[in-house]
Amino acid sequence: METILKINQLSKHFGKNKAVDQLSFEIQKGHVYGILGPNGSGKSTTLGMVLNVVNPTSGTFSWFNGNIDTHDALKKIGAIIEHPNFYPSMSALENLELVAKIKCLNEPNYQEKLDLVGLWERRFDAFRTYSLGMKQRLAIASALLNDPEILILDEPTNGLDPQGIHQIRDIIKKIAEQGTTILLASHLLDEVEKICSHVIILRQGKMIYDGSVESMNASHGFFEVAAENKPQLLQLLESEPAFESVSELPNQLYKVILKQPMESDTLNKMAFEKGIVLKHLVKRKESLEESFLNLTKNE
Amino acid sequence: MRRLLAIEFFKLKQSRSAKILSIIYFVLFLFTALFATINFDFGSINFRIADQGIFNFPYIWHLNTYMVSIIKILLAIVIISMITNEYSNRTLKQNLIDGLSKKEFILSKFYTLVAFALASTLLVFLVSLVLGLIFSDYTEIGIIFSELEYILAYFIKLVSFFSLCMFLAVLVRKSAFTLGFVFLIYLAESILGGIFRFQAEELLFIADYFPLNSMSNLIVEPLTRLNIVKTATSQINPDFVKDYKVHFTTLVIPVVWTFIFVWGSLNLLKKRDL
Repeated sequence: METILKINQLSKHFGKNKAVDQLSFEIQKGHVYGILGPNGSGKSTTLGMVLNVVNPTSGTFSWFNGNIDTHDALKKIGAIIEHPNFYPSMSALENLELVAKIKCLNEPNYQEKLDLVGLWERRFDAFRTYSLGMKQRLAIASALLNDPEILILDEPTNGLDPQGIHQIRDIIKKIAEQGTTILLASHLLDEVEKICSHVIILRQGKMIYDGSVESMNASHGFFEVAAENKPQLLQLLESEPAFESVSELPNQLYKVILKQPMESDTLNKMAFEKGIVLKHLVKRKESLEESFLNLTKNE
Repeated sequence: MRRLLAIEFFKLKQSRSAKILSIIYFVLFLFTALFATINFDFGSINFRIADQGIFNFPYIWHLNTYMVSIIKILLAIVIISMITNEYSNRTLKQNLIDGLSKKEFILSKFYTLVAFALASTLLVFLVSLVLGLIFSDYTEIGIIFSELEYILAYFIKLVSFFSLCMFLAVLVRKSAFTLGFVFLIYLAESILGGIFRFQAEELLFIADYFPLNSMSNLIVEPLTRLNIVKTATSQINPDFVKDYKVHFTTLVIPVVWTFIFVWGSLNLLKKRDL
């Protein structure tokens, strides 16, 4: 497995505030990574450090096994940080030509990249006339211009309307399908859940989880049940060894967390044999959001 | 180096204000140089400055470089705005993310200001040469190409002044404040110089090392050197002696400042989080 980025004990302090605290992780080629964390958890600062715009307080990082200078490594990656930053009076095409000059690219395929983000028709218009969604799409085209080894996206859907968010997600999915390594920082959990295979969770500058999305919510799920005869149902639920805990939800439902795998028909049959008729039975898995909240709460 | 210049000129080409200011600069430039050739016709008095000997070789090198260097502030505005715009558009951050190093960024700005200074120097040389060939009373090759050190002094004057502007622009990050800062330095130097002159004359030599002062010392004002003025002054003050020459030490001080400013810009940028 090829390592693209290796971060080792990286820290950034702003005065007393430890924005990033002793962070270590690795990015392998071919995966889609999500960096999750609430606002102010150090996601952007971490990306800023590996992208050469924020100076680390301590710790190291290395691109591509440390064989090349950071600024040369950056020529092989594509990155978008927060707002799309371009020269307002230049057109989309001119802005991309400038990026090509900086990245030392020879005759990149402008049309292919602008077509991917749906901006080829508007390529001669000045950047300042673009809507926020278009600006963000141009940023993606610019980041893809060098066919990067890794695409780094920091809150790519921030501030966009639902349609814009949808367009950006579609583009990211398309890119991921082509096998490009992606590192996506976001505080939107469903975004990460839909796209990423690995997650890194940060809280107050510290890493609290690093692993695959599936193993993050590895629990067996839970049932939501209800019956007319509540005391009898409760008795049944509490006597069953396969259940870890039973709690009552506000809307007359019981939430039953599983200790071992069980299908809903098994529970239904069990209840019916005891003479209890269920009027509500749903089996659910915890969403990433719930796992995330659990994780951040525990620390 | 060619890559960095290409990047910077590509940016400048798309910036309307940079284009307009550069055009105004070169128009004013020609206007300043050609002003003296106008034939003033006040009825019976037919007067032309050009005929008063100001375009004589080698004096013309001195006069023109001095006059034209006054409007360098216009080009300085272009240089200041090409740096402060990178901050206000946050394109500096994007440039770095795209793989430009901080050193390359400063160098691309420095190469560009040197290119501006070179273009201006070349122009002042050509315009003076042509004007001199038309109006000068002396046209021997030896005389034409004497005192060319004024051209070198002019080039160093522009490069060091533009470097100062670059440093302040990186430091302050806002174009209006940067210009204000240049003016502030000018004021501070004048006040300190005044204090030295009247209160502590033994310290006056320090004033020659101030950045703006050292730049203005490169080309001493040429007007009192002109024959008519000289005769007038010597009648009023027979002891009036002034050194108009370009000296090696006066050349070195601004060059040292240039290095300090470029080095300072780079270090400021390296230390900062963007």
